Amino acid sequence: MILYLMCFFLFLVGLYGAITKRDLIKIILAIGIMGYSVNLFLILIAYRSGALAPILEKGLEFSMVDPLPQALVLTSIVIELGITALLAALAIRIYEKYDTLDITKIRRLKG
Amino acid sequence: MPVELWLYFILTVMIVGSIACLEIKNILSSIITIGIVGLALSLAFLFLGAPDLALVQFVFEILCVIILIRAFAKRSVKLTALKRDIPETVIAVVILAGIFVLSIFALKELPSFGKPIVSVAERYLTKAGMETGSQNIVTSIILNYRVYDTLGELTVLFTAILGSMTILRKIGRKKRDAK
Repeated sequence: MILYLMCFFLFLVGLYGAITKRDLIKIILAIGIMGYSVNLFLILIAYRSGALAPILEKGLEFSMVDPLPQALVLTSIVIELGITALLAALAIRIYEKYDTLDITKIRRLKG
Repeated sequence: MPVELWLYFILTVMIVGSIACLEIKNILSSIITIGIVGLALSLAFLFLGAPDLALVQFVFEILCVIILIRAFAKRSVKLTALKRDIPETVIAVVILAGIFVLSIFALKELPSFGKPIVSVAERYLTKAGMETGSQNIVTSIILNYRVYDTLGELTVLFTAILGSMTILRKIGRKKRDAK
């Protein structure tokens, strides 16, 4: 329970950054933090106390952790890298056009 | 030491690191701090019985830090002189604190830490070795049971890379044809 709460607090820290920061780089980093906390939350829910990693071995009859969230989080980590790269590319282009990364100054609509 | 104590420690490091990452003024230090947060996450995966995830998180975190440093630190982006809007920050903190209090009621309903409801996974755990012939059950799920999911993941990754190449190219197609 306390672990879940701390994990959710990490999500809220990321959300705080994404809401209040005016710098595009900080917003990209905040989105990354939110992704970390969601991944960690899924794995925390799947954990079974005293269990081993889900790798089969002959003669071992221990309980194993839930492998399904691990497979899905593996997908999610890879996608997060792609999103970060895309956001960084967009931020570089915006900086070339506007000479600033302050989101309150990026107002022109014309290219 | 039990796993919970390690996880409390790692999560504290992650929270402090992410707050520092958002508040530091220097952009290079900020990017390196998010690297620390990601590596702590990799350590947490290791304690939670997910070694595959720990390896993948480690590699991709380093790639992420390299991409961000290459994108921003070398271009000497000046951080805009930020005047802090006190009322906006206070409103945001109050609303987020409200969400946090509400989340306590929601998270109470979940099964407590260490005692999950394993219903779908029970079949994987007992039959995956026989049905797919893979020793690592995570591999057998990714590449056999849910292979369309992996195909979708690769499509998303390909689209993201294609998008960033398109955004970053210097010369558009029309200009090059005109030359």
